[in-house]
Amino acid sequence: MTDLVNNFAIKIATVNGTGSASANSLLMKSIFRAGIPVMGKNYFPSNIQGLPTWYEIRVTKDSYVARSGNIDVMVAMNAETYARDVREVTSGGYLIFDNTWPRPALLARDDITVLGVPLARLCNENFNGVRTRILMKNICYTGVLAALLDLDIAKIRELLAETYAKKPALVDSNMKAIELGYNYTRENFKCPLPVHVAPLPGGGKTKGHILIDGNTAAGLGCVFAGATVAAWYPITPSTSVMDAFKGFADKLRVDPDSGKKNFAFIQAEDELAAIGMVLGANWNGARAFTATSGPGLSLMNEFLGLAYYAEVPAVLFDIQRVGPSTGMPTRTQQCDILEGAYASHGDTKHVCLFPRDPEECFYFARDAFDLAERLQTPIMVMSDLDIGMNDWMCPDLKWDDNYVPDRGKVLDKEAIEKLEKFHRYLDVDGDGIPYRTLPGVHPKGAYFTRGSGHTQYGAYTEDSAEYQIVLDRLTRKFHTAKRFVPKPVIEQDAHIDIAVVAYGSSDGAVREALDILAAHGVKTNYMRLRSFPFGEEVEKFLESQKLVFVIEQNRDGQMRSLLTLETRVEKAKLRSLLHYSGLPISSEFIVKGVLAEIEPKARKAEVKGVA
Amino acid sequence: MTFLPKPKVRHPSLPKNALGLTRRDYEGGLSTLCAGCGHDSITAAIIEASWGLDVEPQNMVKLSGIGCSSKTTAYFVSGGHGFNSVHGRMPSIAMGANAANRNLMYIGVSGDGDTLSIGLGQFCHAIRRNLNMAYIIENNGVYGLTKGQFSASADLGTKAKKGEVNQQPPIDPVLLALTLGATFVARSFSGDKEQLVPLIQAALRHKGFALIDVLSPCVTFNDHEGSTKSYQYTREHYDAAVHADFVPFQREISAKYAEGDALPVVLHDGSRILLRKIDSTYDPTDRAKATTAIGERLKKGEFLTGLLYVDTTGKDFHDVNETPAIPLNQIPHNRLSPGSAALAKVLARYR
Repeated sequence: MTDLVNNFAIKIATVNGTGSASANSLLMKSIFRAGIPVMGKNYFPSNIQGLPTWYEIRVTKDSYVARSGNIDVMVAMNAETYARDVREVTSGGYLIFDNTWPRPALLARDDITVLGVPLARLCNENFNGVRTRILMKNICYTGVLAALLDLDIAKIRELLAETYAKKPALVDSNMKAIELGYNYTRENFKCPLPVHVAPLPGGGKTKGHILIDGNTAAGLGCVFAGATVAAWYPITPSTSVMDAFKGFADKLRVDPDSGKKNFAFIQAEDELAAIGMVLGANWNGARAFTATSGPGLSLMNEFLGLAYYAEVPAVLFDIQRVGPSTGMPTRTQQCDILEGAYASHGDTKHVCLFPRDPEECFYFARDAFDLAERLQTPIMVMSDLDIGMNDWMCPDLKWDDNYVPDRGKVLDKEAIEKLEKFHRYLDVDGDGIPYRTLPGVHPKGAYFTRGSGHTQYGAYTEDSAEYQIVLDRLTRKFHTAKRFVPKPVIEQDAHIDIAVVAYGSSDGAVREALDILAAHGVKTNYMRLRSFPFGEEVEKFLESQKLVFVIEQNRDGQMRSLLTLETRVEKAKLRSLLHYSGLPISSEFIVKGVLAEIEPKARKAEVKGVA
Repeated sequence: MTFLPKPKVRHPSLPKNALGLTRRDYEGGLSTLCAGCGHDSITAAIIEASWGLDVEPQNMVKLSGIGCSSKTTAYFVSGGHGFNSVHGRMPSIAMGANAANRNLMYIGVSGDGDTLSIGLGQFCHAIRRNLNMAYIIENNGVYGLTKGQFSASADLGTKAKKGEVNQQPPIDPVLLALTLGATFVARSFSGDKEQLVPLIQAALRHKGFALIDVLSPCVTFNDHEGSTKSYQYTREHYDAAVHADFVPFQREISAKYAEGDALPVVLHDGSRILLRKIDSTYDPTDRAKATTAIGERLKKGEFLTGLLYVDTTGKDFHDVNETPAIPLNQIPHNRLSPGSAALAKVLARYR
C-alpha cells in the first residue's frame, strides 16, 4: 500500500433493515463534500430485514469509478459474516469491529490491524429502546470512521441537518451517537490512520459534480424529455426509475393553475400489461415508457415483436440483474444483451442503448424517445443494477432549453388532407421509415394497426411478395438506425493492434485497468460500445485489431456473440473476459485477465496486487 | 383475408345524421367471417349505434385482441384508427391509448377466449381502473379460428360439435364484472338489434368501463343440438330484465317517453339512458341484488339481458390520476419539460 491519503476503499458489513443505509450515505457525502471523488456500491440481499448487507466506499483521488478489488478498511458489524469479512481485508489494512463481545480466535490475522470499539456497550449506556440502540450502533460507527479517517465532524452535522430538516430531534440523537464513536476512538487510538481523507481546497475534484444513481437520473431524463405516460410493474432493481419519475413529475409537472398532473402514472397488473400500455400510448402520440428487469423483459417479448412489426415507438429501461430465471434480484449483471437485441419470436431486431453511468442514463432517456419516434420502434436502454441503484459521481446534468423533441414522421391534419391516400407502411423517402398518423386527426389518415401480415399500404395480407416487401423494408430501417444511434467511444493508437471492447457499467473498471496495464507496459486500444445496431465505426475498429478482449458481466459472452453475428469480425480474434459473480466488475479482474492472455507467466507474478 | 375494401355506393336518399354522414360512412371492410356469424350482426349494430350518435369517425378508436371477434374492428368505421393487438392484451393497449388522449371514443371488441382465458387478467384490471371505454365481448363459448375447442364461457354440460361434454364451470363475464366493481354491465344477444343498438350507444357515452357481453352464436362450431350457445338455445333461454333506451343530450326534446314509464339515468355528457323494467322486481342500480338475480337465473341455464347494472358516479382512470382536460398527447413540450433552471435546482439535492 503506497499513498493512502484520499485513495482507499472501505467496506461496511451490516445487517439489512438496521439503518446502515443512512450511515453509509452520510459517510459518502461527507467525503464527497470534502472535494474527493467517491464511489459507493451497495451489496444487499433480496430481503427487507435481517440478512447480511455490505456497502463499499472507494475514496479515489484519481476519479476512478469502479471497484479496485482491494479493501483497506473493513467495518465488521455483522457477526454472521465476520469470518469472511476479515479474510477480505487487503494485507496491511484495518478491521474495525464491535468488541462489546469477545472476538473469536478464528478471526485473527497477523497482517492487518484490528481495532475494537465497544459500539453496542456505548449505545446501550446512552440510548433507550431496542430498536433505537440497534439504529444508533450503526450511526456510531460513522463517528468511529470520522475519527480514524479525519472527517470533519461539523460537516457531518450539516449533512444530518439537511437530511432531517423536518425532524430536528433526530439530528441531535444521531449526532450524539456519532460523537460517542468519535470521542472513544480519538481517546483510544492514534488518529487519523495513515489511510485517511485530506480535504481538497476550493471544492476539489467534486466541484461541478453530483452523486446520483442511474435510476434517478433515468427518471429525471424522462421528465425532461417530455414523457407523459409511465406504465410499469414493480420489479427489482428497476422500480426506482418509476419512483424517481413520479417523484420529480409530482413536483415539476403539476399545472400551477389547475393543480392537474401533466402525466399519467399507471401501475400495471404485470409486465405484459405495462408494455401494452406503453405501446397504446405511443401509438396514440404520447411519449410513454416503462422500466423493468430480466423477468419482466421476458414477459414483454410478445408485445415487443408486435411493436417491431407494427412499428410502434416505445422506450424501455432494462435494469439488468442476475439471471437466469429469478436469479439474484439484488445483484448486477449484463445478461440481457441478446434478449434485448432479439426480443420476441420471428425475425426481430431491436435498437439497444448501453449507458455507462447515471449521466448517460439521463441523456440516453432523452435520446431514446427521439430514436423511438424517429425510427417508430422500441428502444431499449440497457442499464444494470450497478448503474441503477448505486450512487455515482457524475458531472452536473445539463439541459438545453432549445431542445425540440424529434417526433419523427407523423403527418398532421393539413398533410393528410393533401394526400390522395395514406399508406402506412410505404417507404416514401427510401430510408425504410414510413409515415404514420395519429388517431383523432383525420379520417383519411385512419389505418389498421396489426401484428398479422400486412402490405406496404397497411392492408392485411397473406401474399408472399407483399409480406416480404414490408419485411425487407424493416431491414432497411434497421440499417438507417445505425446513422442515428449513439456512436461508440473509441480511443485508438494506430501503432497498437490489441484492443479492449466493453460497454455499460464495465467502463469505469476498464478505464482504470487500462491505466494500470499501461503503467506496466501493456498498451491497448479501447472501444466502448454505446448502441446496437453496430455502425461502420465498430466494423472498422474491429477490423483494425489483431486481438480484441470483449469484457462483459455475463457468463456466455453475449456481446461477443452479438458482434460475431452482426459484424464482419473474425470470431477467433474476439477473446472474452467474463465477470458474472453478481458483484460489479473490478479493475483488478480486467488487469489479471488481460495479462493472463498476453504476458509470460513470470510477468504475472510481478504485477500481482498492483490493482 | 380479414380486410376487403367495400365499394362505396351512395344513394342520395340514404338518411344522414347530424354530421351529414350516412350509415355507409360508418362501415368498414367486408367481413370475412362465416355466413350467418352472430358477430356480423354486432358489427351492424355498432355501425347503427355510431351513426345514430353522430360520432366523428376519426374520433373512434377501435381496439381488439386476437380471434374471430377481434377481426371485426376492421369491419366498421373505417375512418377511425384500429389496433388489432396481441391475444388477450387489448385492454392494456386501450389503457395506454386512453391515457394519451382522453378525448377520443374507445371501443374494444373481444371474444370469450380473448377476454376470459388468455386475457382474463387484463380484463379484470381494466374494470378496476374504470377505464373509459366500451368493451364488447362477442361470446360464443367456443374457439373459432382453431376449430371448436371449448372456451372459458362454455357452460357445464354443453356439448362440443364433436360430442365432447364440457365439465368445467364457466366464467360469466357479467357476474365477474359486477364483483370487480364495474360501473356499466350489460348483456345482449346478437340476434336482438333493437336491444343491442341503444346499449352500445349508452356504453359509448358512459364515462368509465362499459361492458356488453353479447351472446353471439358460432354458426360453424357451436350451433348444434346440445350446445347452450346455439341460436336456438339462446333464443329460448334469454330474458330481458331491463330495456335501455339511449337519448342523446341534444335530442332530449324529441324523447317520446313520458315520466313514470322509465327510470332516467343521466350520463356524464348530459345524455340519458331510459331504463324500462321488464321484470318489475329487478333493480339495475343495486349491485348486490343484480348479482343475485343474474346468478339465480344462470343456475337455471337462463340469461338475463339488458342493461343489468349502471352507476354513473364512478371515478374513471383520469379522475383518479388527476389528468388535465387537455389530452396528454397535445400538451406542448415547453409545458412538459421543466427546463435548465429547474434542473439546476434539482441537482442541489445530489451534492
